[in-house]
Amino acid sequence: MAPRKKQAPIRVLIAKPGLDGHDRGAKVVARALRDAGMEVIYAGLRQTPEAIVRAAMEEDVDLIGVSILSGAHMALVPRILTLLREERGGRIPVFLGGIIPDEDARRLRKLGVREIFGPGASLEEIVTSARRLAGRAS
Amino acid sequence: MSPAPRLPPAARALRAGDRRVLARLITETENDLPRARAVLRAIYPLTGRARIVGLTGPLGVGKSSLINALLLHLRQRGRRVAVVAVDPSSPFSGGSVLGDRIRFDTASEDPHVYVRSMASRGHTGGLARTTREVVRLLEAAGFDLVLVETVGSGQVDVEVREIATTSVVVLVPHLGDEVQTLKAGLFEIADVFCVNKADLPGADRARRDLSELAALGAPASGWRPPVVATSTSDGTGIPELWEAIEAHERYLDESGRRLAEERRRLTNEVVTLAEERFRTHLARDRSLARRIAPVLARRIDPETAARRWWAEIQRRR
Repeated sequence: MAPRKKQAPIRVLIAKPGLDGHDRGAKVVARALRDAGMEVIYAGLRQTPEAIVRAAMEEDVDLIGVSILSGAHMALVPRILTLLREERGGRIPVFLGGIIPDEDARRLRKLGVREIFGPGASLEEIVTSARRLAGRAS
Repeated sequence: MSPAPRLPPAARALRAGDRRVLARLITETENDLPRARAVLRAIYPLTGRARIVGLTGPLGVGKSSLINALLLHLRQRGRRVAVVAVDPSSPFSGGSVLGDRIRFDTASEDPHVYVRSMASRGHTGGLARTTREVVRLLEAAGFDLVLVETVGSGQVDVEVREIATTSVVVLVPHLGDEVQTLKAGLFEIADVFCVNKADLPGADRARRDLSELAALGAPASGWRPPVVATSTSDGTGIPELWEAIEAHERYLDESGRRLAEERRRLTNEVVTLAEERFRTHLARDRSLARRIAPVLARRIDPETAARRWWAEIQRRR
């Protein structure tokens, strides 16, 4: 076969559902994951849960990072998880970034969100768990 | 329709339109995995009829927005369309941010559109090494029209000619004077020129200059690349751009050039693939250290060393 024996890069979708326009966090995370050698599909602002799941399926990503700062996480995230299951993509791990109250965080974890990063999370932490969630812990 | 039962299961699922299998096979193709190899072998006889439109041009000329506008136009006409958008990989980390999808707002819920982002993974020329094979998978999955967006990092990504049946070179006003367009690349690959952002001042001038140059270029092939002005902010020129692309496709059929072009592309593909293997073979040759030593000691020059090596290989055959 062709001379390419390097391990396949992790593909990750970074999406920002909902109506708020604060995508700096998502962009910073996208860049950190890129610098860690991942292929980051940046889906941009104001995506519907349907569009996010569609993109995840078409792009065959290993994991999905969702950033929400609008406070609408309890409406948007469960919808994404449900759609993923319907699309037979239920095994794609989802992590969440944003300001999520503890009570909500507990419920979202129960629904299947694998990691939640608040404003204090370091990029290193996010990169490490992204690798772990994608099944490529170093 | 009879070859279907002999296809491997993944290829059959692909033919049946299973998007999850399509997505997976694209990844496996990118990663050179055996199942994808087998599928590509099996589906190859079923490919070669799709229209593959390549869009190339420097960074920031609006290639993605243009594809979005074309998608809208084509969907109104009921065409199924797949898009492959290539972005660069970082030479340092190997990672990349694939951001073309942001511009494709029509794509998000339409079952007759499929969008896939690809990282170039160190391949130069504006495409990824496996883009051509990914296009074949899309064709086998029933997409008879595939739009391919090149990286667009340098001047013009000439490799698009190696996969597209029609290559569109996208430019904007004030990108440079006409001397820039005389530089190698542009005219050799453009089947259609598109002056995008035509609402900007200078667009008419750019269009005129390009048209004159296109008229000057000796059209040995009998096709003179048309110049279309477009603006994606209000949709100006999009139907005309599509018409120019279709006109080129008609020209390929009527002139008999389609087969000649396909022969050229496949010849290059086979040579390149053979070359890759040969290169690997050479790089692993145990005599390599012995051959480099006198070159390193400045006793013989690299060209002589290579010529002697080649002579030995030929004698051995």
